[in-house]
Amino acid sequence: MIEVEDGGVSLGGRFVFRHLGFRLEAGQTLALLGRNGRGKTTLLRALLGLQRWAEGRARLDGSTGYVPQRTSTPFDFTVLEVVLTGRARHLGMLESPGVRDYDAAREALATLGMPDFEDRRIEELSGGERQLVFTARALASACDVLILDEPTSALDFHNQDMILSTLRRISRERGLTVVFASHYPQHALQIADQVLLMEGVEDHLFGPVDEIMTERHLSRLYEIPIRRVVLQPGSAGSVVPVFSS
Amino acid sequence: MTRALRGQRLFWMVVAVVMPLAVVGSLAAGRYQVPFLNVLGILGGKMVGIGGAFPPTEVSVVELVRLPRVLAAMLAGAGLAIAGAALQGVFRNPLVGPQIIGVSSGAGFGGALAILLFGSAWATVGFAFVFGLLAILIVYLLSRMESQAPILLLVLAGVVTSAFFSALISLIKYVADPDNKLPAIVYWLMGSLASIGWVDILVLALPVTLGGLLIWGLRFRINVLSFGDEDARALGVHVERTRWLILVAVALISAAVVAVGGIIGWIGLVIPHFARALVGPSHDALLPASAVLGALYLLLIDDIARTATAAEIPLGILTALIGAPVFAFLLRRTYLTGWRRD
Repeated sequence: MIEVEDGGVSLGGRFVFRHLGFRLEAGQTLALLGRNGRGKTTLLRALLGLQRWAEGRARLDGSTGYVPQRTSTPFDFTVLEVVLTGRARHLGMLESPGVRDYDAAREALATLGMPDFEDRRIEELSGGERQLVFTARALASACDVLILDEPTSALDFHNQDMILSTLRRISRERGLTVVFASHYPQHALQIADQVLLMEGVEDHLFGPVDEIMTERHLSRLYEIPIRRVVLQPGSAGSVVPVFSS
Repeated sequence: MTRALRGQRLFWMVVAVVMPLAVVGSLAAGRYQVPFLNVLGILGGKMVGIGGAFPPTEVSVVELVRLPRVLAAMLAGAGLAIAGAALQGVFRNPLVGPQIIGVSSGAGFGGALAILLFGSAWATVGFAFVFGLLAILIVYLLSRMESQAPILLLVLAGVVTSAFFSALISLIKYVADPDNKLPAIVYWLMGSLASIGWVDILVLALPVTLGGLLIWGLRFRINVLSFGDEDARALGVHVERTRWLILVAVALISAAVVAVGGIIGWIGLVIPHFARALVGPSHDALLPASAVLGALYLLLIDDIARTATAAEIPLGILTALIGAPVFAFLLRRTYLTGWRRD
């Protein structure tokens, strides 16, 4: 479970957001939506303990796994070597991965459908594959809460679909709580249970996807007209921005 | 077997053949030639405890003069290469070597000061060691201006400390007696293993082993740290603590090397790049490979230093002459594959 009450984070003396509150039950998926600079990443970092709360209270049960928007190492590690680093919290300062850690890493890769990727170099992978590798790394850490920062940015439709369906599947299979930030409202509609719209420093809207993601709310959030259409009966529907040109 | 493992196995098979040849060859070569087989005989006889029938001069040349020197070259080379590999990993930077964090200059100043004041070999070693560690302490204090020490601040503190001690070294050279002390200081700073004895081996072996083992213990942590501080923190690693442990280990190693052999540059910078190209970037494979390559490299350089001309060539000159172009070549290659993204 994740619970934030009256939470606020300030950077350089200015609040990025404050008076923010929400409660997410274990096993649920939360999408953070908001324009650039509204503090999505900052909120994720605060949930991870990488950023101090300036005010309010936050509670997060269980351990977290993080899939940053971009992460890089100057070294061309193999996929398995990358996924193994997810085991760091289970290993002492002077310890190296043992059989259990290799098993966990391989299992995580298998879960993401990449069992034969372990010897590939990360440099040779596509953007979507790399995103999956870093998701596998988070899974290998045996986390209860998976936190992803724009997991689908810079990916084509096919890869977006793959990441989304994978997230949905592992969330169900493992009872994982998932929190992700995104610039695609469609993705929230697709896999989230709850959504948090970050509109302004003190304006936030939190609730179930169906209730919150109305045309009115979304249009106000992005400051352009947004339509929700149902192209296929029974589907989640689509979010369509009406661009001004 | 995977590609990476095949590469590593091949590397170690080649090392297993080349290393003994290099050691025995180095013991045989020099102004006083000792036949290859006699070296084997002397070493073998020593091991099984029979005094062989070899000329006493050959025995003492091998045992008292060359063996300590060969061991010193290998220890120093291995230590510097491990230190460099670890630093490049935690700093995520290909241009980092033991010299960048200021330890070499600090130790260099200590040694120069001792030569100026006392002129005893013991004092030189002791002072070099103490000032090398002092340098890392200064770097630590300078970079702790914030609660966390970001990498850039650390590098800046290293550069500042290095520059400060370099100025002090110049000052000492300036005031030193130009007939006697000045040449001693200058030659010592250029790096040489010419006067190595068994005691020096101890002074070198203890810190290098200690620092090397510490870095080896942290090999997995270095992999994690190479993803950057924030990432490592999110993975549950104490970033600052780990980084300082590594810096202390590096300081131990490089202070010991400078204390015994003067400033020998470039090895910690170049060798890890070379090793990475051969066995891959993961530090459990990279650290041992760097160690043996560093050992081999400095052994070879030291052989050249003492055999190429009638007078000894300072090691620092050779390592830079060879290291700089090799580094330029390697960097061009690795730039095209990996480092560029950062």
